[in-house]
Amino acid sequence: MPYDYRRMPYETPAPLKRGEAEERIGVAIVGAGPIGLALAVDLAMRGVASVVLDDNDVVSVGSRAICWAKRSLEILDRLGVGERIAEKGVTWKVGRTYHGDEEVWSFDLLPEEGHKMPAFVNLQQYYVEEYLVERCRDFPDLIDLRVLNTVTGVSRDGSATVSTPDGTYRLKADWLVACDGARSPIREGLGLEFVGELFEERFLIADITMKADFPAERRFWFEPPFHEGQSALLHKQPDDLWRIDLQLGWDADPEEEKRPEKVIPRIERIVGDRPFELDWVSVYTFQCRRLARFVHDRVIFCGDSAHVVSPFGARGGNGGLQDVDALGWKLALIAKGEAPESLLESYEAERIEAADENIRNSSRATRFMTPHPGAERWFRDAVLALAKKAPFARSMVNSGRLSRPCSYSASPLSGPDDPTLPAASRPGAPAPDAPFGDDWLLNALPDGFTVLVFGGEAHLPGATTLVAPREDALRARYLGEAERAFYLIRPDQHVAARWTHWDKAAAAGALAKAKGGAP
Amino acid sequence: MSLVTEPNLDDPDGLYDALLRAHQGLSEAESAALDARLVLVLMNHAGEDAAREALALALAAGGEDAG
Repeated sequence: MPYDYRRMPYETPAPLKRGEAEERIGVAIVGAGPIGLALAVDLAMRGVASVVLDDNDVVSVGSRAICWAKRSLEILDRLGVGERIAEKGVTWKVGRTYHGDEEVWSFDLLPEEGHKMPAFVNLQQYYVEEYLVERCRDFPDLIDLRVLNTVTGVSRDGSATVSTPDGTYRLKADWLVACDGARSPIREGLGLEFVGELFEERFLIADITMKADFPAERRFWFEPPFHEGQSALLHKQPDDLWRIDLQLGWDADPEEEKRPEKVIPRIERIVGDRPFELDWVSVYTFQCRRLARFVHDRVIFCGDSAHVVSPFGARGGNGGLQDVDALGWKLALIAKGEAPESLLESYEAERIEAADENIRNSSRATRFMTPHPGAERWFRDAVLALAKKAPFARSMVNSGRLSRPCSYSASPLSGPDDPTLPAASRPGAPAPDAPFGDDWLLNALPDGFTVLVFGGEAHLPGATTLVAPREDALRARYLGEAERAFYLIRPDQHVAARWTHWDKAAAAGALAKAKGGAP
Repeated sequence: MSLVTEPNLDDPDGLYDALLRAHQGLSEAESAALDARLVLVLMNHAGEDAAREALALALAAGGEDAG
């Protein structure tokens, strides 16, 4: 059943109704994709208003980002739409990689029990946007979503021109967040360039509607019998929709390859004589690049506008949601005057570390999937040949190392660590989820700073104390062999600092540091 | 140094000969593919440190920068 693209109602924006020469805005978000919408919700939940501007009035056309990783689901759950997404989506955790028609490697992404969210959920981007748009409507006083508002002429001081069906207006924002995607007109308008690699390869991406009982697993083929010499990927989505990616080679003509006469026979070779319908087709090239800096005076880049990767590894949309996670609370504290503007330097430090991690993983996978002739090709083929004979080579088979959240190893916000505590919950890492009484830890964490206490007592002005129940999984992930532990957890659920002995002065220092010092 | 660079083979001439025999009759591309498989197998056997040292030694012996 094809998705029903409903138009969002356009309204004459407030400044034009009021006849203002220039509208003053605290936070302007440009782009109502998943990243911009998630940021608006995050800010609203922290009591900060924003105006969201989008040049379109429908959600994403085509499924686009479909693989939502565990950490993204946790972030979306914090924002109030995670359960809905997990329920509608297809849950999976097993990936299988084939060479020809022989399986050479498989992985299970979440072998551990006791997490609310699964390793991955496949759901078309338009549903995620739809749910986020509906969530925005829970905050009518804080989120002003303006469709058919096209932003042009942005300056680094946060001013911009916006054109609408009713004419143009000017705005001046304290902070203008560019969530306007990989081709970011704002990035171009400011003359900022991506640095990194462009891969000379083209992939066909097709969504087909088909009844099939293939398992809910990610399946990747090197040199499959149905698509000789190239690579292919198959993913299951809800509504009997299937995602197929086919490597085409650099010489392929994108317009020609998108024609149904060309696409349909390629798909028939994969699915056999099952009837199917084409839902959406596109041809893409790879880039693994980022901006040198994400903050330019009053303009902040977030998501694909700041960094792009190849899709194998699901590090685009997921990386963007983690940008939102890291940015939302910082921008909210700054907007409320509770933290210095320099706190944004930590957004840049943390998310550039993450972008580089994503780019590194994505580049390696892309090089393995689409090797240059010569040494790259010899070694790739050597790995695939050996994978059938020797276990060590299977771990080298790289069809995409799937998105994992970045642990900020050098965050300027991180405080003291006690390395005798488990590595998974070290400062900089996202707090691992675990059952928490009748609830989950990540649901129990409040919106602000938290002191999570295992044994003993701790109180810290500016943070909420949360006493951990005696639960095995929780203790394994936070205590290890220790008897007591005290965790300072940030509003984005990343660990800021931890101790095995409570020292209020040290904790107050760590809290001040995590908020970027004095406002 | 975890890489063994002192003589470590009982029959170096015999093993060298076996290597050449393995390549006999192969095209350049087939030879390159065989070497690639062999390198990967030995790299795994040697382990992380020795493999990296081996890579540096091989680059240096060819006059290339270890980068």
